[in-house]
Amino acid sequence: MSRIHVTTKINGDETEFLCEAEATLLDVLRDELGLTGTKEGCGTGDCGACSVTVDGRLVCSCLMLGAEAEGREITTIEGMATGETLHPLQKKFIEMAALQCGICTPGILVAAKSLLERNPDPSEEEVRYWLAGNLCRCTGYDKIIRAVLDTAADMRRAS
Amino acid sequence: MRFEAPRSVEEAVTALAGQTGAHVLAGGTDLLVKLRAEMIEPDLIVDIKRIAGMREIAAEEGGWRIGAAVSGAEMGEHAGLVADWPGVVEAAGLIGSTQVQGRATLAGNLCNASPAADSVPAMVAAGAVARIVGPEGTRDLAVIDVPKGPGKTALERGEFIASIFLPARGARSGDAYLRFIPRTEMDIAVVGCGISLSLDEAGRVTAARVALGAVGPKVILVEAAAEAIKRRVLDEAALSDLAEACSKAATPIDDKRGTVAFRRHVAGVLARRAAVIAEARAKGETA
Repeated sequence: MSRIHVTTKINGDETEFLCEAEATLLDVLRDELGLTGTKEGCGTGDCGACSVTVDGRLVCSCLMLGAEAEGREITTIEGMATGETLHPLQKKFIEMAALQCGICTPGILVAAKSLLERNPDPSEEEVRYWLAGNLCRCTGYDKIIRAVLDTAADMRRAS
Repeated sequence: MRFEAPRSVEEAVTALAGQTGAHVLAGGTDLLVKLRAEMIEPDLIVDIKRIAGMREIAAEEGGWRIGAAVSGAEMGEHAGLVADWPGVVEAAGLIGSTQVQGRATLAGNLCNASPAADSVPAMVAAGAVARIVGPEGTRDLAVIDVPKGPGKTALERGEFIASIFLPARGARSGDAYLRFIPRTEMDIAVVGCGISLSLDEAGRVTAARVALGAVGPKVILVEAAAEAIKRRVLDEAALSDLAEACSKAATPIDDKRGTVAFRRHVAGVLARRAAVIAEARAKGETA
């Protein structure tokens, strides 16, 4: 079967790729485009490690086919920092040690950024519910939640 | 496997009808999981999201027509829909994580035909109607008649759901959906209950629909429960009768998520609580 030609925008750059019909967006990002910051955890939409945004909407890239990306705008963890300047969430995660093994971290950062874009002043409960689909087996979540809340407060002060 | 993303219903129907082992893709939150687990091995996947109207929520005859590819997140952000059918929106919103909400659809939840589907009892309570397109044209089928049993639907080869219609609701009406899960989020209903009701000026129930999920091979519309509260205010006696009717109507199985006795009991408890929420909404006391 001939591969499918897809034209899309990833982290602001026009991107073309060829993929098999079966290939998920996650497969394409990691194996075709070398964007390995997006992680595969479960592959069934339960863990959130593969979180990206598609047209601004947070999704699991393991639950979307690469072919569906035609004409869409995708943002991955690689699009989060501006050059060498980390996003405030990234800085805060380092500062507060809101990670241990790091596998869930890209997905959590992408998801948390999506939350703060919609809701700059979330309650702890809102952060916990928003991130309920991002599993972390190391931290016990507390540091992650605090880092997100702290970043939100910093960003509100800065704006 | 081939992938097609047709631009019209006709093209989609032709593609689906012309190929055995063809599957429809909308949100993909069930389809891709089955694909990965090799529960299905399709020859063709037809992505319906590029067809006009599939991603729209449109006002129609006082009600709302929800395209088959509208996600739970999009429903939750639609003020008019949330105001009219908060129970349906909250039921859809319970499905999966934020990420899953970004893709998962009402039509997909219905076609996946899980007995525990959260949105289905809410849609049945709302009297929702699925618009089905196929090789023979378009037909409307009440949502309650779409699932035939676990994993089975009334859709024929080449057919797919194009939209879900939530009808106009009268004044002093409200709906609600509650489910029991052992956690607070990200779980499958042990029991689910959707209720839609209308009240007269004295607060008496004039019309009601009560539906249960996860307590039988498919969603159950409990007419006895609706009868139990009609022409009554929802006082303790009426709520007890409602709960009893729901517990009686439930036909659950024992499994790792709950026992028969527990599910029967919880069906009544949820019905009672959902009725109180729907009543408050009908009176305009809460959103």
